[in-house]
Amino acid sequence: AAAGLCPCRVLLARRGGALRALGGSVRGLAAGPETHFGFQTVTEAERREKIYQVFESVAEKYDIMNDSMTLGIHRVWKDILVHKMNPSPGTLLLDVAGGTGDIAFRFINYVRSVRERQLQQKLRHHQNLSWQEISESYQEDKSNSLGDSQVVVCDINREMLRVGKQKAQHLGYCEGLSWVLGNAEELPFDDDKFDVYTIAFGIRNVTRIDLALQEAYRVLKPGGRFLCLEFSHVSNPLLSRLYDLYSFQVIPVLGEVIAGDWKSYQYLVESIRRFPPQEELKAMIEDAGFVKVDYENLNLGIVAIHSGFKL
Amino acid sequence: RSGEEEEEEEEGVYQLYPGHIPTSPLQKALLTAGSAFMALYDPYRHDMVAVLGETTGCLALPNLRDKMKNHPEGYRILQERPRIRLSTLDMARLQGLPDGSLGREYVRFLEDNKVSPDTRMPPKFVDDEELAYVIQRYREVHDLMHTLLGMPTNMLGEVVVKWFEAIQTGLPMCVLGAAFGPVRLSTRKLQVLATELVPWAIRSGRNASCVLNIYYEQRWEQPVESLREEIGIFPPP
Repeated sequence: AAAGLCPCRVLLARRGGALRALGGSVRGLAAGPETHFGFQTVTEAERREKIYQVFESVAEKYDIMNDSMTLGIHRVWKDILVHKMNPSPGTLLLDVAGGTGDIAFRFINYVRSVRERQLQQKLRHHQNLSWQEISESYQEDKSNSLGDSQVVVCDINREMLRVGKQKAQHLGYCEGLSWVLGNAEELPFDDDKFDVYTIAFGIRNVTRIDLALQEAYRVLKPGGRFLCLEFSHVSNPLLSRLYDLYSFQVIPVLGEVIAGDWKSYQYLVESIRRFPPQEELKAMIEDAGFVKVDYENLNLGIVAIHSGFKL
Repeated sequence: RSGEEEEEEEEGVYQLYPGHIPTSPLQKALLTAGSAFMALYDPYRHDMVAVLGETTGCLALPNLRDKMKNHPEGYRILQERPRIRLSTLDMARLQGLPDGSLGREYVRFLEDNKVSPDTRMPPKFVDDEELAYVIQRYREVHDLMHTLLGMPTNMLGEVVVKWFEAIQTGLPMCVLGAAFGPVRLSTRKLQVLATELVPWAIRSGRNASCVLNIYYEQRWEQPVESLREEIGIFPPP
C-alpha cells in the first residue's frame, strides 16, 4: 500500500524509458546524449541545468535538511571520512562539490589538533632549553596552527559556495581555506597539485562520472589519495525495504515541510537509486587509473567510502 | 517543454494537473502532521497552511464542489474556471469605479494591506483536478472575503476571516486556523475577538449563502453593501 507507490513508479519509469530511448535517439542527435535525472530521462545538458537548480534551491536549508533526513548521522559519516584520511599538517586537500564546507571544516579541525599534539611533544623535548628559546619557539609555532595545511573547496554552484563562506565566517574559519567555483568534470587546477581529493555526497550529482574521476586523477600528486563518500546500495533485504520506505515516503515530506521543496528531495532519493553500486564504482575508479582501490560500507551500505591512490 | 512532458509521462496515470504531486496515504498523513506543526512554529510559512488545507480537505472539498454544482452561478464558475490574478484583472478600470463598489473597495484593500492576488499557492496534493480548482478558487476569493467582511490582514483580521470561512467551507484547515490563530494575540485583542468579532463572524457565516457561488468578476460594479445583503453577511461591528 504505502510502499507500493515506489515500485509502480519504477515500473513506469523503466517502460517509459525504453520507449523514450527510441524516440529520444532521434531528438538526441540534436540535443545531446541521454542520461537520467532521478527516474526521468533527460539530455545531459538538461540534467546539468536541473541539478544546478536543485542545489540553488536547497542551499539555504541544506544543512538543516541533512540533519533531519539522516537524524544527524551524516555528521558521523563525515567524521569517519576525515579520520580515514588521517591528514598530517602540511597536507593540501581539494574538496570537490564541497558546497557548504562540512569536509573542509573537519579537515581543519583535524590538522589543527594533530598540530597541537605535535607542538606539545616538541615542548616536552625542549624542556632542557632556556626560557628565552622556549618563548621564541612559541611565537613561530603560534602563527602556524595549521602547519601549512590548506583546503580548497570547489563547487559548481554559486549558492552553495555562498552558504559555505557564510558558515565559515560564522564559525570562525579563516586561514588555510579557499573557495573556488569550478566543475568536477573540468577542474580549474593544474596537474599534480593536491595530496588528497575528496568528494562527499557530490559525485552522484555529476553528469559524467568518468570525466570527474579522470580529473581527480589529473590534479592529484603522485602518491595522492582519492576519497569518495557517497550513498550506495544496501544488499540486506529487510534493511533495503525499510530504507526504501523511509526514502520515498518520509524524505520528500521532510523536504516540503522544512524547505518548502518536495521535488528536490524526490530527486535526491531517486538519484541515490540510480547511482552505481559499490563494485561498479570501484571499477570506474580503477578505469581512471587509480590503484589499490577499495571501499568500506557504512551502515550496511547506505553509505560507502571508496578510496584509491595515484602512483 | 520536454522536461515537463516527460514528468507527466513519468507519473503515467498519476499527475492530474500541472503542479500535481501524487501522494500515498502515509505521505498525506505525514504532510498533515508536519505542515500543522510547521504552520504553528513559523507563522510566516503560509505554504504550510496551504498544504494542510489540501491534505485535510478530502471531505470538505467535494462538499463545496457539490454546492457549487447545484447553484446556477456556482455551476458557471466550475465550467468557466475564472482565475483572479493581476494579469486577468483590469486594475485601472476597478480603481475608476465609484467608492463603495466591490471593485473599488477590493483594490483599496489590496493597496492598504500591500497584498497581491498572485501570491496564492497553486494546489499540489489534491488528487482530483476539479477539486484542485475548487481549493484554488477558495484561495483566490480569500482577499474578497476580507473586503466583504471589512477585515484587515493583521493577525486579528485573519482569525476573524478564518472563523467565517470555517463555518462556510468546513475545511479543517480553517477550523484549525480559527482555533489556534488566537494563541498569538494579546488579551485585549482576544477580548474584542471573543465578545464581538467571532460571534458576528459565526452568525454571518451561518446566515450567508455559499460565498464560492458568487461570480465576483461579474459584479465589480455592485456596491459592497448590496452584495453583503444579497449573500447574507451582517454589517461588520
